Amino acid sequence: MKRSHWSIPYAVFLAIFVALPLVLIMVYALQDGQGHFTLSNITRFFSDKDALSTFAVSIEIAIENTLICILLGYPAAWILANRQLNRSAVTIVLFILPMWINALMRTLATAELFNILGIQLGKGTLLYGMVYDYLPFMIYPIYNVLVKMDKSYQEAAQDLGATPWKVFWKITVPLSMPGVTSGVLMVFMPTVSTFAISEFLTNNKIKLFGTIIQENINASMWNYGAALAFFMLVIIGITTMFSGNNKEAEGALI
Amino acid sequence: MAGDRIIDLQHVSKRFGDKTVLEDINLYIRKGEFITLLGPSGCGKTTTLRLIAGFLAPDEGEILLDGKDISAIPPYKRPFNTVFQRYALFPHLDVYDNIAFGLKLQKVPTDEIDRRVRRVLKMVSMTDYEERDVDSLSGGQQQRVAIARALVNQPKILLLDEPLAALDLKMRKDMQIELKEMHRELGITFIYVTHDQEEALTLSDTIVVMNEGKIQQIGTPTDIYNEPVNSFVADFIGESNILNATMIRDRRVAFIGHEFDCVDEGFGEGVPVDVVVRPEDIYFTKKPERTQFTATVKSCVFKGVHYEMYVDTDTGFELMIQDYDAYPVDSVVNLYIEPDDIQVMVKERTCNTFEGEMIDPTHVEILGGTFECLPQEGLGGGEKVTVEVDFDKVDLLDHQDEGVLAGEVHFLLYKGDHYHLTILTEDGDHIWVDTDDIWDKGDLVGVDIEPKDLKITRRHEA
Repeated sequence: MKRSHWSIPYAVFLAIFVALPLVLIMVYALQDGQGHFTLSNITRFFSDKDALSTFAVSIEIAIENTLICILLGYPAAWILANRQLNRSAVTIVLFILPMWINALMRTLATAELFNILGIQLGKGTLLYGMVYDYLPFMIYPIYNVLVKMDKSYQEAAQDLGATPWKVFWKITVPLSMPGVTSGVLMVFMPTVSTFAISEFLTNNKIKLFGTIIQENINASMWNYGAALAFFMLVIIGITTMFSGNNKEAEGALI
Repeated sequence: MAGDRIIDLQHVSKRFGDKTVLEDINLYIRKGEFITLLGPSGCGKTTTLRLIAGFLAPDEGEILLDGKDISAIPPYKRPFNTVFQRYALFPHLDVYDNIAFGLKLQKVPTDEIDRRVRRVLKMVSMTDYEERDVDSLSGGQQQRVAIARALVNQPKILLLDEPLAALDLKMRKDMQIELKEMHRELGITFIYVTHDQEEALTLSDTIVVMNEGKIQQIGTPTDIYNEPVNSFVADFIGESNILNATMIRDRRVAFIGHEFDCVDEGFGEGVPVDVVVRPEDIYFTKKPERTQFTATVKSCVFKGVHYEMYVDTDTGFELMIQDYDAYPVDSVVNLYIEPDDIQVMVKERTCNTFEGEMIDPTHVEILGGTFECLPQEGLGGGEKVTVEVDFDKVDLLDHQDEGVLAGEVHFLLYKGDHYHLTILTEDGDHIWVDTDDIWDKGDLVGVDIEPKDLKITRRHEA
């Protein structure tokens, strides 16, 4: 048996679970309820004010969530990666630990917490839940890049007269950008498509793009739902391409 | 003369955890000097450089710059620049921005930065490379950029941490010549760290030979080569025959079973010493009146300029000889050594001396292991004692768990008819052993000593 034959099971898996669903989304998106070819699902989206505004809100929330995650996650990653500030591997695990618990359960628990505290559900609680869910995905890739960074770069900068503050801004931050990029990929894309967090933490007061897709499919409007899902794929594709030529970003994910 | 001292290290010690990496280093560096810290890996040379650069702080002692203590000054305020071992060029900046990094921080006007960057690039023969990505450069080119990046700031001292270690031989030789020329042109002080003795001999005004956190010898390249102070230096610098010898009287020394005239005085009479004879200093002769001893040629290899021969002397010692003429294997040759080519050195030790404690009259504890000894009269358990063991009375065993102590061959020296080994025990103590067996550096061994070979005396408390 040739070595290339070993890849057959994976190829079959990819065909059934990745390629086929994508093709089905395309097929459904370009059909009406009776199975005839049509572009009406696509054109409907651009005239559907509700869907368009939800789309805009989703992007806005995703951007806000990503920015908050960077602002909180970068310093956290930096502290974790700093041997003088953090001597134990346990603290790192503590940051990763929430990821081991199902996100739905955590979100439900958070909703209950707001309920007990009497906090009104709304945009604030939505962002809180999103940051809580996605922060580890920002911290980890940045931490990974920082921990692996050759200390001699920082020393060389100091040697050339840079104060610790200058070393951070001129060396550490630029060299850790691959980590930030993959953190952004891992936070931004899932936030656009999430619906569970908005359902539990705003009682569907704020609808996200994922929510409408889910609603359409729940209402058996498969074709329009597929068209919306297709748009989301395009958005994800664009974000990936945006950072796609950055090979180091992929390395940071691992 | 304190006036021309730019750097002065006084009683500097440094520990990492409980490991002492530098012990009481005293060293001064003169303005404009090319000084090299030379030693095997782990000898403390890089630590010394990092202390001077300010990346580490000494645990004890002071580092003076122009007579003032700089311990409290952070590295970014010290007027030194470093060429790092693996260059540490910033990968997100191009060649120009790498070199201009220091000048931009000092807020030097743009046109002056431009002028200075171009000047150093010309000096390291890298003109027209300004825009290049540092990752696209070869090792040698990165090296030049690293030197340019350090020199553009016009430091008082240039620190170089094994800068040529990553280059191939040919390029290393070329860069050595260029570095030497740069030093001459700029007139600033160079502190250079290397483990390559040839590089140190080629480049330096002064060499500091270090081993195990201590300075072994400071001197000019010729001093270090011709007059090594101990067998470590002799062995580390160049090829050498290191032999056990006895000083008969002033200017007369006995080794390899013969007596020789030498030029050394003041060692005493009948005192054991080490001698070093460089392989190029043993001469062949046809005249019987010049002959001091005879030997049989065992091997002869052509080394480019000279032949390298191993001979067995009439008294059974092996010597290495380098000569422009080849002598056939198995031929018997007449040899002599000139008096001033014999370098006599004080023996650092003539036997192992350990501090220990009696367990009971027939057992003594030394170096954390319990050895059986002959019954000791008048020495009870708990008594503090000094134990002496001759080098050739220590037995080395193939397996660590067969011995009373476990250790590792740390350093070895061939002495003509036997090996002199330094064994590093698991607790970090040294045991010196003379043996005819062949061991390699890093071999794991068990250590045992026969009861009759332990010479025990009561220790007198000071």
